[in-house]
Amino acid sequence: MRSYLTLVRRDLGGYFLSLSGYVVIAVVVFLLGLSFVEVIEAFNGESLDAPLTEVFYSTMFFWLILLLGTPVITMRLFAQERFTGTFETLMTAPISDLAVVLAKFTAGLVFYVVTWLPLLACLLIVAHYTPEGNPLDWRPVCSTFLGIALMGGLYVAMGCFASALTRSQILAAMVALALGITLFLLSFLRASPGEGVGWLAGVANYISLLTSMEDFVRGVVDTRHLTFHLSLTVLFLYLTLKVVESRRWK
Amino acid sequence: MNVPPMVEVESLTKQYGRQVAVRDVSFSVAAGEVVGLLGPNGAGKSTIMRILSCYMPATAGTVRVAGRDVFHEADAVRRRIGYMPENNPLYHDMRVREYLKFRARLKGLRWARGRRRVDQVLEQCGLADVAQKMIATLSKGYRQRVGLADALVHEPELIILDEPTIGLDPRQIRAVRETIKELGRERTVLLSSHILPEIEMTCSRVLILYEGRIVAADTAENLRHRVSDSGQVVAEVAAPLEALRSCWADTAAVERAELTLLDDGYVRCALTPQNGSDLRQHVFETAVAHGWKLRELTHRQLTLEDIYLQVTRKTHEPEEF
Repeated sequence: MRSYLTLVRRDLGGYFLSLSGYVVIAVVVFLLGLSFVEVIEAFNGESLDAPLTEVFYSTMFFWLILLLGTPVITMRLFAQERFTGTFETLMTAPISDLAVVLAKFTAGLVFYVVTWLPLLACLLIVAHYTPEGNPLDWRPVCSTFLGIALMGGLYVAMGCFASALTRSQILAAMVALALGITLFLLSFLRASPGEGVGWLAGVANYISLLTSMEDFVRGVVDTRHLTFHLSLTVLFLYLTLKVVESRRWK
Repeated sequence: MNVPPMVEVESLTKQYGRQVAVRDVSFSVAAGEVVGLLGPNGAGKSTIMRILSCYMPATAGTVRVAGRDVFHEADAVRRRIGYMPENNPLYHDMRVREYLKFRARLKGLRWARGRRRVDQVLEQCGLADVAQKMIATLSKGYRQRVGLADALVHEPELIILDEPTIGLDPRQIRAVRETIKELGRERTVLLSSHILPEIEMTCSRVLILYEGRIVAADTAENLRHRVSDSGQVVAEVAAPLEALRSCWADTAAVERAELTLLDDGYVRCALTPQNGSDLRQHVFETAVAHGWKLRELTHRQLTLEDIYLQVTRKTHEPEEF
């Protein structure tokens, strides 16, 4: 446990010791700023009937950050250690493979959630300037961040898996991007409202990332979405562990 | 009670796919010994060290460190080993003290002891002056010392160093050797190299590996004897080829003579001694007695390659006949 925390600290620190961490934060802040501008435009003096978080989500920048941010965040986790050879010093320290995988996943996820914190500032600013003392409802904000963390967890786990496969960070990022985009595009197979539901659309309804995120930003926490995201995350972490262990039987 | 040897390797075999890297190797290292693995690149030195340090398992055979199996009790073994891999990989974005603290905590040292040990190894490896520097900015010699400090920080019983002096300049090599010698006084050390004199200087016992097998295991002194005994003498003499040939053939101390006529009339003689005697004086006296001009007389030390060839020949001959 102690060595797990030590590793998390090291990997999390790694983001702030290298330029790449700051570049990711800068890009996310820039995209959030753009979505903020869009939200302000959308209000345009009128009052909207939806939670603030849903208005933010409707700008679609969420998906851009999720799809492009996570591969960049996760690509270094294993690939860099393999490339520089530090993987060998790491794996000969008295620490289990599982602890290494979990530590790297945790570091990536924490960093991903940290990059989202500026969204809170955006929400506060909008809430502050809303007339007639309309207070910000914190419950959809919480569920939105739960959605960000859950979906982030799934994408970071996929990124870990891609990174464990190769020594090249670029390749890791590309594999993670391909996996992420595939899963995202599958969401569009869901049935549109009013359409007849075929079996494919039926399945797609359940696995649709769009559906689950729409629920989260509205303040709906559905256990089906929780189960789906958590189990996929565990699956990818398990696969990562198997790849890390594979040096034992290769 | 019998103390188990620090390292016990029994019929170890490692295959990468179809390629056999180590075949049926057995050896043991007693506590307190400094043992060198000597062999050309690709002989299986790194493979053996990686198996010992629990990085990967063996294909067949058992390996025990301090009586514990490296596969079944990997965690216990890892705590007892300080391992520095080949090329000494480090996190270049960390500072020296920060890195050693990280490694100490990863190896399970508690706060107070970790801090004390980090200070000790910084002092011991001569890193106190650069403790706050980024590892990326250090010279290769200093980086090597950081790797060494990392291997020592948790006070392991066995220290495994894979090519600790590769890529260093002569002064740095000497410094690393001194440190290894000091370590050998209180700990068991296993190190690998492809340079013979290096192993000779630091190790009490040498294992020579060749194509995945141990072809010789001997003390450094015996090995040196074997090497110097078989040293050739090279002389360039201005004399008729035939006269030289019959002259060397008549000398009992010369086992074999290879003569080459050079362009300028000199003859290059490569003489192999019969019983390990030094032929230089004899050659000189012969030249004086015949009134021949002598312009070169050297005792050629065998290169590592010659020794491998010789050792492999010696170990295989009895089996073949």
